[in-house]
Amino acid sequence: MSRPILSTLVAGAFATALGAATAASAAGSMSNDMMKMQQEKQQKTMQALGTGKFEKCFGVALKGQNDCYAGPGTTCAGTSSANYQGNAFKLVAKGTCTTISTPNGHGSLTPIKA
Amino acid sequence: MRPLAERQGAFAGGLLDAARPIPSGLFGPDGQASLKRFSVYRNNVVVSLIEALEAAYPATVRLVGEEFFRAMARAYAVAHPPTSPIMLGYGDGFADFIAGFAPARDLPYLADVARIERAWLEAYHAPDAMPLTADTLAPVAQDVAGSLVFQMHPSLRIVRSRYPALTIWRMNVTDGEPVSVDLERGGEDVLIVRPDVEVEVRSLPPGGLEFVRTLAAGHCLEQATEHAIPIEGFDLAANLAGLLGAGAFIGFVNSRTRG
Repeated sequence: MSRPILSTLVAGAFATALGAATAASAAGSMSNDMMKMQQEKQQKTMQALGTGKFEKCFGVALKGQNDCYAGPGTTCAGTSSANYQGNAFKLVAKGTCTTISTPNGHGSLTPIKA
Repeated sequence: MRPLAERQGAFAGGLLDAARPIPSGLFGPDGQASLKRFSVYRNNVVVSLIEALEAAYPATVRLVGEEFFRAMARAYAVAHPPTSPIMLGYGDGFADFIAGFAPARDLPYLADVARIERAWLEAYHAPDAMPLTADTLAPVAQDVAGSLVFQMHPSLRIVRSRYPALTIWRMNVTDGEPVSVDLERGGEDVLIVRPDVEVEVRSLPPGGLEFVRTLAAGHCLEQATEHAIPIEGFDLAANLAGLLGAGAFIGFVNSRTRG
């Protein structure tokens, strides 16, 4: 593709994208006042986050996690019960993976023979 | 008496390798070497690492079940102990480990699901930054649009899967209902970003991954377009609007006037 054509294409798409993004944000709010309020709220949140005193997960539903957690490694190791010492190579996965089709059929998870 | 460093090295090595005899010079109250007492340390080290991985990879746990996951995590933890005292980032490389883990080879999508989970965690802990809005870009003249270089959000991550890994991940996190998925229906490209307090996980349209990757490498809009345009189904306006809407950009410069 030649440069002038490419640059015309980019310019056109840029304008379309800006229009789409502006329309999307306007559609979500009833008025300019509400949009302004939303922006102010977001700014406050960002400021609060910047102080480092704001607990990110507090009161916020985290997408993709079952619960709010401070991250791995926060467990008190002294309370751990004896761990399962099983040989991984003899294990069969028993989770939801059995509902997913594999190229070899449904849930065809076979243990690997040693 | 051996030097302290040597004794500590033997102690640490014995913790991760259960096949080793217990370090010499350790005695119980009865004056005898106690395997049982040393095993308490062995257990706590490995269990805490397994639990760190369980916390970071909940969908992977759900896919294979706890027993399988813990056995796989144990194998990883023993081979890859933490290199930093900060456990938030532990498990970097777990997805690659899964890809090479023989008992999981009938689940070829599992490593990619773990990659999405890892990207989620990295995005969650990435620095905060205010995303660029369409309003900020509105004054830019259309004819210079092509030479814009965008600064990407520090939380931005991309994952490419040959399998429908995003669909599988989604079904296995909060409120997800697992249903049958055809693994041969095609791959999925995933965009992960945290524009505000919540991590957003989105599917990328055709060519979207090549487009965002080229932009993230510091190339201008025109170069990224040139790179993605040969890919069938690539829609520049939709990709640009999508990235803006996702909060993927935090700033821009005009590469023609720069420097």
